Amino acid sequence: MASVTAATPARGIKLRVENLNMVFTRDGKSTPVLQDINLEVPAGEFVCLVGPSGCGKSTLLNIVGGFLSPTIGTVRIDGEIVHGPDPRRIFVFQERGVFPWLTVEGNIEFGLSKLSQPGRKQRIAYYVKLVGLEGFEEAYPSELSGGMKQRLEVARALAVNPDMLYLDEPFGALDSITRLVMRGELLRIWEAERKTIVFVTHDIDEAVQLADRVVVLSARPAAIQRVVNIDIQHPREISSSRYLELRDGIFQQIGLASKV
Amino acid sequence: MNLLVRLRPVVFIAVLLVAWQIAVTRHPGHILPGPWGVVGGIADLLRHGLLFKYVVASLFRVSWGFGLAAILAIPLGLTIGWYRRAEMAINPLVQVFRPISPLAWIPLAILWFGVGDSASVFLIFLGCFFPLLLTAINAVRNIPAVYINAGRNFGLGPADLVYRVLYPAVIPQLLIGLRITLGVAWLVVVAAEMIAVDSGLGFLIVDARNAGNRYDLVVAGMVIIGLIGLLLDTAMRSLEKVKSFRWAYSED
Repeated sequence: MASVTAATPARGIKLRVENLNMVFTRDGKSTPVLQDINLEVPAGEFVCLVGPSGCGKSTLLNIVGGFLSPTIGTVRIDGEIVHGPDPRRIFVFQERGVFPWLTVEGNIEFGLSKLSQPGRKQRIAYYVKLVGLEGFEEAYPSELSGGMKQRLEVARALAVNPDMLYLDEPFGALDSITRLVMRGELLRIWEAERKTIVFVTHDIDEAVQLADRVVVLSARPAAIQRVVNIDIQHPREISSSRYLELRDGIFQQIGLASKV
Repeated sequence: MNLLVRLRPVVFIAVLLVAWQIAVTRHPGHILPGPWGVVGGIADLLRHGLLFKYVVASLFRVSWGFGLAAILAIPLGLTIGWYRRAEMAINPLVQVFRPISPLAWIPLAILWFGVGDSASVFLIFLGCFFPLLLTAINAVRNIPAVYINAGRNFGLGPADLVYRVLYPAVIPQLLIGLRITLGVAWLVVVAAEMIAVDSGLGFLIVDARNAGNRYDLVVAGMVIIGLIGLLLDTAMRSLEKVKSFRWAYSED
């Protein structure tokens, strides 16, 4: 379990979540959603948050992203408290997040208004190619498939060169084949650009395939049950005994048998 | 085959016109002028230079009433829709005003503005204002939060957020609202002109009746109102075909 942390010893802490608690109040009834979350993520790490549906993992990601304020506790990035969303840290909503009134190019260009015209063109061309949307530059999202929209949203996020990516079940709405392809692409991009990635999923296999560390959350109110280091080199052999051991460990942790 | 399908409505209308003409010829009376008589009526109007004058007068009033309503109601509605509390405060009032037909305002309109263009512009304004206000409020409220969040995430300030996210997101709904409301304006202008002014297509219809039972002119006026209404609607629909506006119609 120690090998991954040993392999990356000198990295600074990028994200630090301290004593985070979240209580939703609706119609005078308060529902605790997050309970005493403490988490540190080193720069360049790929972290997956897993937990049962509705446990509050998306809420946690929205707080980290600055879209929600926590009831108690703080989120720090590079030591600074997060007060709102920031273009240095881009949130990837499922494919719903692309702007339907802009073309593929227009979407990728969205966050690039500070660049010069030639710089912008170059950046667009690069990311169109990176996510394999060549030939669709002028297409509107309604003309794209779900997987293409998802890749477009990832491209739009990467184009502004953020330090961090927050992905909220980004592949949840895709079919299983596209999902596998997208995981591969995300890993390829991550290995090339080394962004710090926080990835929310309810799919344990997905988490074990992608992450350096998997943070297992309990049912609501979500608390961190366990943090599992995935000490397998990429590309990961998903039938290897170590993979199965780690995956089944998480299944057990969540209280599920790994048999159907 | 395709040509036949396209010609079908034309053929249908032609058959109806012929049937109408035959019926009127067989039973001459004063119930309805025949289509030929109506054509004569339109020619009469053209000869006296009234057709163009009345059409322009009606379009002028509609442009002002509809334009003023759009300029006021859309920004107001977008603002109200954005602030949930404002919407909750104002909604009941709007709901009370909305079902009052603009025609019920005719006496007050004449009392305030006298007989003339202003009164009919005011009536058209009222007929357009509330539907447009509600359209704008709903358009803002229906913007998925994810677009707003994405806009903020990319560092947009309030002005950019309005211009680059809010505005494109509401445009398709606004266009539909504007098209429907322009239809309403065209309905209201005829009624307003029957009472409040002495020109325009609505005036033509009452005047033709009052000044000598010229029912050929009455029906001619109705036909012209229908045709211009159709043209206005077609013009508005063509806006919906603009590609960056069209996303909302093509997406499921």
